[in-house]
Amino acid sequence: MKKENFLWNAIKTGLLGGTIAIFICLVGMTEIFSKRDVIEKVITLGQFVLLVTMAAMGFIAARRTSDLFGGNRPVLNLTAGLIAGLVTGLILALFVFIGYKVNLRAVFLNASPPLYNLLTFGKGQGNIWPLPLIGVGGGLIGAAFLLIPAMYRGPLTRALIFTFFMALFSGLFRVVMINQKGGVAKAAKYLFGQTGLTWEGTLIFFFTVLIIAFLWNYRGKEVQARISRLPKRGQLSLRILVFIIILYIAIMLPTVSGPFIAQVIVTVTLFILMGLGLNITLGFAGLLDLGFVAFYAIGAYTVGLLTSYGPFGLQHVSFWVAVPIAVLVAMSFGAILGLPVLGVRGDYLAIATLGFGEIVRLLAGSDFLAKYFGGPQGIIGIQKPCIGTLAAFVRVDVPRACNGIELGTVQTIYYVAIVSALLIAFVAWRLRESRLGRAWMAIREDEDVAEALGVNLIQTKLLAYMLGAAFAGLGGAIFATLIGSIFATSMQLLVSINVVALIVVGGMGSIPGVIVGAIALIGLPELLREVSEFRFLFYGVTLIIMMIARPEGLWPSQATRRELHHADAENVSAESMV
Amino acid sequence: MAPILTAKKVTKRFGGLVAVNSVDFEIPDKSIVSIIGPNGAGKTTFFNCITGFGKPDEGEILFEGTPIQRLRPDQITRLGISRTYQNIRLFAAMTALENILVGEHAFLHSSWISSVLGLPGVIHEEKTALAEAQRLLDFIGLRGKGDMLARNLPYGAQRRLEIARALATKPKLLLLDEPSAGMNPRESEDLTGFIRRLRDELGITILLIEHHMRVVMGISEAVTVLDYGEKIAEGTPAEIQGNPRVIEAYLGRGAATEGMATAHERFTSSKKSD
Repeated sequence: MKKENFLWNAIKTGLLGGTIAIFICLVGMTEIFSKRDVIEKVITLGQFVLLVTMAAMGFIAARRTSDLFGGNRPVLNLTAGLIAGLVTGLILALFVFIGYKVNLRAVFLNASPPLYNLLTFGKGQGNIWPLPLIGVGGGLIGAAFLLIPAMYRGPLTRALIFTFFMALFSGLFRVVMINQKGGVAKAAKYLFGQTGLTWEGTLIFFFTVLIIAFLWNYRGKEVQARISRLPKRGQLSLRILVFIIILYIAIMLPTVSGPFIAQVIVTVTLFILMGLGLNITLGFAGLLDLGFVAFYAIGAYTVGLLTSYGPFGLQHVSFWVAVPIAVLVAMSFGAILGLPVLGVRGDYLAIATLGFGEIVRLLAGSDFLAKYFGGPQGIIGIQKPCIGTLAAFVRVDVPRACNGIELGTVQTIYYVAIVSALLIAFVAWRLRESRLGRAWMAIREDEDVAEALGVNLIQTKLLAYMLGAAFAGLGGAIFATLIGSIFATSMQLLVSINVVALIVVGGMGSIPGVIVGAIALIGLPELLREVSEFRFLFYGVTLIIMMIARPEGLWPSQATRRELHHADAENVSAESMV
Repeated sequence: MAPILTAKKVTKRFGGLVAVNSVDFEIPDKSIVSIIGPNGAGKTTFFNCITGFGKPDEGEILFEGTPIQRLRPDQITRLGISRTYQNIRLFAAMTALENILVGEHAFLHSSWISSVLGLPGVIHEEKTALAEAQRLLDFIGLRGKGDMLARNLPYGAQRRLEIARALATKPKLLLLDEPSAGMNPRESEDLTGFIRRLRDELGITILLIEHHMRVVMGISEAVTVLDYGEKIAEGTPAEIQGNPRVIEAYLGRGAATEGMATAHERFTSSKKSD
């Protein structure tokens, strides 16, 4: 009985794996990812993804077997993994076999000859036998992974993940390091190939991390203890040292990395600004705002109108004057949105704010208001920020010459963005710890009770909308100078949804969570051109996995973390204390 | 004694249903008064009228001479009325200390700008507020549990925390909606003592909705009985216990011959065994 169960389980897991593998092929991932290598000339990213699928199925099947028998049974575990991997491979092979006989392309655009070519390793029709074999291998690896003692598994996982990470971003590291010339450049060529890691690089990264992780396992506690035993001043100076290192990296980064990475970081920063804003309305006060891009647009348009030397520039104001004005304008629009929706709750609020976002976008891009906002042509010729003397409030039709330092390039606007983000993160943190922050959280928890405790709902909610809008407005203002022109079409609903998604992934109400969420959902897809094709698939999968595995977010706020993971422990201790 | 709260002809309707019907009511200052009545008699609705959750359709409510029937809940709270709820309504995902700090909200004055700037006034105010919250936590016997999430506290502690949160608003009149619900006899006895302490030590007037007759009869100085939204009796516990109309409203005509307290207890015990 049990034996049947375990075989059937393994087969089921394999069927699931096969489905996933075919899906990965049919959405075109395999083909696109195959242009990138994990290890140069050894395994491409596309192959790697399929191999990981097989190994994952082997691991799952093995774990289920252990669950069935109430413990590890190495032979059965391995058998289950083998079967799951084999089934996955067989299904994939069957898919290739059918693909050669029937033209699937009419329905599935990506079921193209190059895909089959990849899956048969360039040998054509007859060559489908390697797939099940690889499946067996992958499944066995996955199952074996379960059997490794936890002590070795941790470091091994870390080493694998780190190496994979290095492989994914090898292009970036290579460019950055080659820019350094000399020994660093040589090292780059040794470690990183054109499209992925070299053999040598792979081994070096893998074993370095493995050894470090191992040592940390043995000695980590000791080191931590030693640090905490340091006198106060020692700890402080250690912290200052870490801070200085981070600061140095942050300052040097754009000059070293070149415009592309700076551009990505600025984009991430702008989303962090928006995220911190929405984190106030949604994360703290619990007011779902799906039209958040509106405030971003308002900030951008205000700076555009105030600093552009193009046809729609109202006044030619210095960037430094225009930004506070933009923030204030965004804030007032926050109040304008907030007033009518004060009494609206939950789903209705989401719809109302969604409408607001669309209205702002449509009005900005409409012919009706084209006289003021340029309609579909947008506002162009936005002056770059200039650190120097400013002749405020003049109207000119040509770019003004900056008589100081012009922050014209991405690498220089990077500093403006980073400083703003740090400042706003600080403000958000202070707000959360304040009386107002507590009132927001009380409203999120129970609006009626909060009101009965003396919280003025009108004032408190309006402040949430206004301050949230202010942060987004600042983001928009920086965006306007970064691009130098703004168009209503860049203020899509999708931006709002991205911001909501990054807050959910990072952890509702958590300030570091916003930063982590923005890096994960905005930064990584920007850096990985291949992945950005599947950005929304990636989002969807990430969100589903997050909801199952870590509903509190990647970096949850203190309270949420306690709530979800230590609730039981606390319950016990509470009862024993009472 | 001058009444702290006076309700005149208060009526509240939900569509065709008259939940509270022209109720006149007075609470003497620094007294403990109970409202009792069968389920659905309009007790909680009456509470809601006082605290501004649901505005009365007719009538007037005076708190220390000020009409409050048109004020928002937060304004009423600032005047000095606070309440707890029939089903505990703590901010579940906030810590015990934070719950109390929210209660202090109305008496803190720092604006958000000064909070962001971290002005000395704000820091001082926060320190005082925290000390006050800590003091209230000690008062309800939850010393050292300030960092626990409200939802992880044991049931009795949650009840007391809700009272502490209400106390943080510095009320002159405290409305307790079934504070002993779900408590065993010993716990409700502790509660009785606790409520009495609130009045004696802090000088707070207390209005109770309560089903446990032992609690009601033990601490109330006056009892008001509501049935179908109307006041059917008013008086000292002893008077109420002997009032045939009250017994009838509670338990039907047959029970009127039995003593109120024993009949009620029989009733609740039979309900529990269901």
